[in-house]
Amino acid sequence: MSRNGFAQLALLPLALVTLAFFALPMAKLVIVGATGEMGLGAYAAILLEPRYRASLIATVVLAALTTVAALAVATIAGLFLQRHRFPGRAVLIAMLTFPLAFPGVVVGFMIILLAGRQGLVGDVTSRLLGEKVVLAYSIQGLFLGYLYFSIPRVILTIMAAVEKLDPALEEAARTLGAGPWAVHRDVIFPALGPAFVASGAIAFATAMGAFGTAFTLATNIDVLPMVIYTEFTLSANIAMAAALSVGLGLVAWATLAFARSLSGSTVAAAG
Amino acid sequence: MRDRLIVAAQFLFTVVVASFLIVPAILSMLAGITVSYFRGIASGLTLQWVIQVWDLYAETIARSFLVAGSALVVTLVVGVPAAYALIVRGGRLARAIEEIITLPLAIPGLAIALALLLIYGGFSDFRRSWLFILAGHVVFTLPFMVRAVMAVLATMDVKTLDEGAASLGAGPWRRFRDVIVPNARPGILAGALSVVTISLGEFNLTWMLHTPLTKTLPVGLADSYASMRLEVASAYTLVFFVMIIPLLVAMQVVADLPGRQRARG
Amino acid sequence: MSGGVAVRLEGCAKTFPDGTSALQPVSLEVGRGETVVFLGPSGCGKTTLLRIIAGLETPDAGGRVLFNATDVTAVPIEKRNVGMVFQSYALFPNMSVAENIGYGLKIRAIGRKERAARVAELVELTGIKGLEQRRIDQLSGGQRQRVALARAVAVHPSVLLLDEPLTALDAALRERLRGELDRLLRTLGITTVYVTHDQAEAMILGDRIVVMRNGAIVQIGSPRSIYLEPASRFVAEFIGAANIIEAAVKDGYAVLPGGRMRMPNGTAAGVVTAMLRPEAIAIIASGGADLCGCVETVSFIGDRQRLVVTGAAAGPITVDAPNSLPLEVGQRVGLAMEPGAVRLLPEDPR
Repeated sequence: MSRNGFAQLALLPLALVTLAFFALPMAKLVIVGATGEMGLGAYAAILLEPRYRASLIATVVLAALTTVAALAVATIAGLFLQRHRFPGRAVLIAMLTFPLAFPGVVVGFMIILLAGRQGLVGDVTSRLLGEKVVLAYSIQGLFLGYLYFSIPRVILTIMAAVEKLDPALEEAARTLGAGPWAVHRDVIFPALGPAFVASGAIAFATAMGAFGTAFTLATNIDVLPMVIYTEFTLSANIAMAAALSVGLGLVAWATLAFARSLSGSTVAAAG
Repeated sequence: MRDRLIVAAQFLFTVVVASFLIVPAILSMLAGITVSYFRGIASGLTLQWVIQVWDLYAETIARSFLVAGSALVVTLVVGVPAAYALIVRGGRLARAIEEIITLPLAIPGLAIALALLLIYGGFSDFRRSWLFILAGHVVFTLPFMVRAVMAVLATMDVKTLDEGAASLGAGPWRRFRDVIVPNARPGILAGALSVVTISLGEFNLTWMLHTPLTKTLPVGLADSYASMRLEVASAYTLVFFVMIIPLLVAMQVVADLPGRQRARG
Repeated sequence: MSGGVAVRLEGCAKTFPDGTSALQPVSLEVGRGETVVFLGPSGCGKTTLLRIIAGLETPDAGGRVLFNATDVTAVPIEKRNVGMVFQSYALFPNMSVAENIGYGLKIRAIGRKERAARVAELVELTGIKGLEQRRIDQLSGGQRQRVALARAVAVHPSVLLLDEPLTALDAALRERLRGELDRLLRTLGITTVYVTHDQAEAMILGDRIVVMRNGAIVQIGSPRSIYLEPASRFVAEFIGAANIIEAAVKDGYAVLPGGRMRMPNGTAAGVVTAMLRPEAIAIIASGGADLCGCVETVSFIGDRQRLVVTGAAAGPITVDAPNSLPLEVGQRVGLAMEPGAVRLLPEDPR
């Protein structure tokens, strides 16, 4: 058997698994979305029907805000952690990356413990202000949850990028007279640009598709994945659920594809 | 002086962010072994909630291990040879295949689960068994295995190794078994740890695919968050943490292995 | 060149936080318009000294850095007005060639027009005209080096600092750029400190060479005096090829296995260390010669041939001979030293 023959044989199981459990189901999803009562109109309804449109906008805005906040937080912390060596640094890094393995439901529960009815924030505020602040079940709580699972994803990429920065670049800018702010604006942030794009895209796509967190917090905010879930299970509007899923998948995939075309590396979301 | 203030502020900020992430996790671990969360740690420590979790949810824990272990076996058998084939073939077709199998990472799990339900929901025996969940997990974890192995293979000159073994008279299967697999071991190990960790915590797909008789741990967690008292939910979460922490530590160790460093550098 | 002291270091030492001493206290003056080369093997402290001048490292307490008689020890690097060329060039990949060169002027809030004029002047001077709008990754190594140089001098720095600027280039290019750099530095008349481990570079570029070893200066002098009158065995061996001969001296002659060698006038009896450059030895007929040996190898190196002669001294002696001389391996030859070529060296302090 030639090497090519063996390679083809080695690819066969992969082809079968991907075809059976991914390609065909996704094709079916697209078709089902187009063959409900509304026909192709189900796809148009994502943008035309006010309820779906509002949900799409809310999800995109929430995901975008999460992305920007996670990038800002991770850049400050990541730059600090890569530039200073101090006892306890490894522990801080472990703390910042540990939640990477948490499913969305657990993240939701973390937010309940932090800002829920019996949460830490409520406890502290009721003692200090005499008023119990409960954020968990509002849009703020959802935002906190999204931020919670986004920070670990972003910070690892940023820290890796900071580590690869040539320290001479910063020194060169300083010899030319650039102060700390100018060095960051003109040299460091541009150099971190690809990392911002890559990790930002992952954060955005993950936030768009996040289901577990919203499910656990059971907020009154209709993010797209929750709408899909209710359409499917409660309304049994299967075609609409399929159409919305295809739309959601396209947005997430397009974000990553766009980021990859910019930064040239492989970018993928997880979780 | 100003510089020191800025550094101190950055340090404080980093500590606050780390606390935001870790304090709730610690709270939940404590809550899981506290008699009454409302009255605090002063109410005493107990294992009663953990025992209750065991009574109620042992089955979901076992099933999660079953699914994760099976997903590992399938991704090993399917993914490792595929990674090798994609590296030796190279070219546009290999890139296209890699692109397609990585798609499940870009598409929300909910959409994939819905797609699986729409096409296989009618096969009720399959739909009702844990194998249905396994199918979803395999689709979602396979890219992690393939890419981890490909990353290691890409850093060594696989083609030359393969040709070297061939010049010594080894057939394709022998070459794969004796030369490729041992050299790809760091990638296989890293991929395996990812697959198991992700499968154990997978919720988005599993929630849609499960039936009342095929609940996994994360599904049970969602269940307990909605319907159990906080201490039980916390104890259950604690069990989950105890399961994944060794995996995370192992992942870190593998990432720091000298062989892996070389592979990356 | 307008005379005066541009840069003055007083007792600058550097101990790193982990306790390792990179630099013993160094005092040094660089004249205005002068080019001073820090030369030494890696780890000798030359880069640390350069970074102290730049302000990228602070000297240990007590050390002072003065620019034009002003103490700048506490002045942060961005206010020192130095121009620096890094070994990796450190060109900003997010900016074009012109933006890189003009960056220091932009930071100084120099107007667009004036900036463009200065950039145009510098691309002309450094011979990279036409590349202004290129991205950095579209440049060759030599072009990058020129952009880095143009960027560093654009701001009219008080002192130009170059950290092994040619090391990243291949040999042929390095030689060409070395010549260009020499011409450019002399045209600009700019005060320059140049760090290198390459003695040929140091010879060509330096008005003065500061030879360093283990964090301390071992000799300061013109290229000529460093080559001809090395202060120690280390300097002699580090710069150019040198034969080091240890021998007992009797009646003004060193007694060697292959005969005897005339020592400088007034050499006292006893054991000495002497240095001889290969080009200061002539090959003569073995009959009647004071010192004889056997040709062990003959290497043709282009403009001359290099011999290794054994049996004359305790160790092999390297001799540069003209190509016209027919020589064979195994041949017995006499060695004649040019007058004044033998130089006594003090023992290296360890």
